[in-house]
Amino acid sequence: MILNEEQQMLADLAERIFADKASVDTLRAIRGGSHGNDYDQDLWQAMVESGLTGILVPEDQGGMEFGLVSAGLVAREVGRRLALTPFLSTAVLGAIAIGRGGNDDQKSRWLGPIASGELIVALALDESAKHRPERVATQATAAGDGYTVTGQKTLVLDAANAGVFIVSAMLDGTPRLFAVEIGAGTVDVEPVVSLDTRSMADVRFDAAQAELLDGDDNTLDAVLDAGRAMLAMELVGLSRAVFERTLTYLSERKQFGQRIGSFQALQHRAAHLSVEIEISEAMAFQALAAFDSGADDASQQILAAKARAAETARLASAEGVQMHGGMGMTDEFDIGFFMKRARAASELFGDANFCTERFARAKGY
Amino acid sequence: MGDLEAFRAEVRSWLEDNCPEEMRQPLASDQDHVWGGRQWEFSSDGQRVWFERMVEKGWTAPAWPIEYGGGGMTPAEHDVFKSEMKRINARSPVSNFGFWMLGPALLKFGSEEQKREHLPAIARGEIRWCQGYSEPNAGSDLASLKTSAEIDGDYFVVNGRKIWTSYADRADKMFCLVRTDPDAKKQAGISFILLDMESQGVSTRPIQLISGESPFCETFFDDVRVPRANLVGELNQGWTIAKYLLTHERDNIGGEPPGLLKGRDLAKMALEAIGADEAGRLDDPMLRADIARLEIDAMAFRALVEHTRAKAEAGEGVGARSAMLKYYGTELNKRRYNLMMDAMGGQGLEWEGERTSGGRYAREWLRSKGNSIEGGTSEIMLGIISSAVLELPKG
Repeated sequence: MILNEEQQMLADLAERIFADKASVDTLRAIRGGSHGNDYDQDLWQAMVESGLTGILVPEDQGGMEFGLVSAGLVAREVGRRLALTPFLSTAVLGAIAIGRGGNDDQKSRWLGPIASGELIVALALDESAKHRPERVATQATAAGDGYTVTGQKTLVLDAANAGVFIVSAMLDGTPRLFAVEIGAGTVDVEPVVSLDTRSMADVRFDAAQAELLDGDDNTLDAVLDAGRAMLAMELVGLSRAVFERTLTYLSERKQFGQRIGSFQALQHRAAHLSVEIEISEAMAFQALAAFDSGADDASQQILAAKARAAETARLASAEGVQMHGGMGMTDEFDIGFFMKRARAASELFGDANFCTERFARAKGY
Repeated sequence: MGDLEAFRAEVRSWLEDNCPEEMRQPLASDQDHVWGGRQWEFSSDGQRVWFERMVEKGWTAPAWPIEYGGGGMTPAEHDVFKSEMKRINARSPVSNFGFWMLGPALLKFGSEEQKREHLPAIARGEIRWCQGYSEPNAGSDLASLKTSAEIDGDYFVVNGRKIWTSYADRADKMFCLVRTDPDAKKQAGISFILLDMESQGVSTRPIQLISGESPFCETFFDDVRVPRANLVGELNQGWTIAKYLLTHERDNIGGEPPGLLKGRDLAKMALEAIGADEAGRLDDPMLRADIARLEIDAMAFRALVEHTRAKAEAGEGVGARSAMLKYYGTELNKRRYNLMMDAMGGQGLEWEGERTSGGRYAREWLRSKGNSIEGGTSEIMLGIISSAVLELPKG
């Protein structure tokens, strides 16, 4: 697919904002901070001002009401700049979970604050080390007009700053999504210091007051699709960035009296990697466009995009470290940060093995 | 209804009325491919009827201008046409190197006379062309070719030897790269000429491949006289045309896999050959994973091919990036055939016999190994990407 004019403008806008605000230096500063569970507030503010936080929020709630392709253009910048931002948790997953699953009251309470940057939303799905969205032990129980949820969640992004949690819990034998507002008093957030300096936590809900998001039956599927799609684009952006740095290094570093980029052993590996990146990016864009157009095989395409992007990012960051030699192993060089984020982003919402297996299943073999 | 939709309806109904049922089946063997040419004999009535109807309709070369025997379709119409052909699994009515390679080269570089002489004859399937590029000592290093063409009055006198000339023993004419200036450096002294395989002094020898088949020949030139009017483009400027065609050839890669995997689902073949477990999954978990990885890569590769096409149609040059498609597409195809052999097991070991139409699995698997060699090896492609796309320093 080729970007239309509106998308191209958005891509340029996102690139400008991230180039201006997001840098690995910020990541280093936040890593050195007190709780390691922060995000880049300046960047978030800039995203609010340019409307990017409301990119998927309907216009009548103060958003831009764009599609996943547009959101993906932002996610690609998140990956390129290793930005610490609640964009995925809030602007994408929160907006889709509430936008699709919420009733009018819920939408009007939360979508506006998402667009205006006042509300951070955290999605609490996983309960074990590996992503298994249908294995849910957390239970929902009817209580008065609403429900309560009880259970233990892990890998909850941006939980420390969240005002609303979107929680998967079993109701009458099927997993459904609920919203839990902070202040319900029975939500215990235990921050986890993660290798990629992202805000992450284990969260325990103990009979927390919850509202059912009962708008659209397929909300959970849409949330999973969107999460995988955004991570695929983030990983594509990350791969591009780490590859650009590696190419620069190959063109500058001299050994044996020559620039190491002139060695065929490295050239062919770099060339192969460049092809992998092109293909993964084309797949990701096509999958996002399939989601936006409601194509029947959109979920399959997104699984393919996530699987490929994860493998590509693994290769790009591994080659990046290897080709930087000893310098690639140092904390002083930025390359390692890309490898760390590639590892984490690949794991979230299903790693390459998970996505590949689900792809085969969806294809009927 | 838009013009394009009207066109689609017209194409659909014409194909429905005119494409014989047996021409809507996958090719069972190479004999089913209609190459055309002076020596061509149809293997069935259906083949002949389909060929004749398409020739008469002018749809054998759908995108060529009508005045040169083509269908005159716009790129968008051509896409519609291809999708309608694919919809009913219609076989190509006729194809050979004249359609794939020479036609595009003549349209771009040929004189008006050359276009009028050669293009309609290709479109009508009258002349079968072959390609004379590689030589025994000029493979990946094609520009070091030595076959000479000396000017003698109105003629070139050609001497030398070509290798990997596809079906030279059955082709009527050859487009050929020859050295017309032995003193110029490599690329600078090469010309692009057309010669008749019936000319005095041309002889061919088939080369048997590991697949047991002989799609390629060696071709020998012994004082072959070729009219100077058969020079395409300028003297000593043949490398430009060769490069254009190599790029064009690489662009063509990335469509459907050829041969017996065309239009067939590898996973389905594996399920039929191996069976499923009680959960309905292919009863070979490692192969299942390999097939899924391949299918994902194939889907992603098609996305890049589509993206590249869309960019080309929007006027953005593809250039050296076609090396990316050639590299990945051929490596992907080899993987696909490896997995097909894994799936077919013992059946894939047959070399002869009706059950496998003469050992097609084994033979096509072996043939696929050449994909990453012909038209520029994978290593040459990686070199092109390194220098022309990534601009890494020269060694």
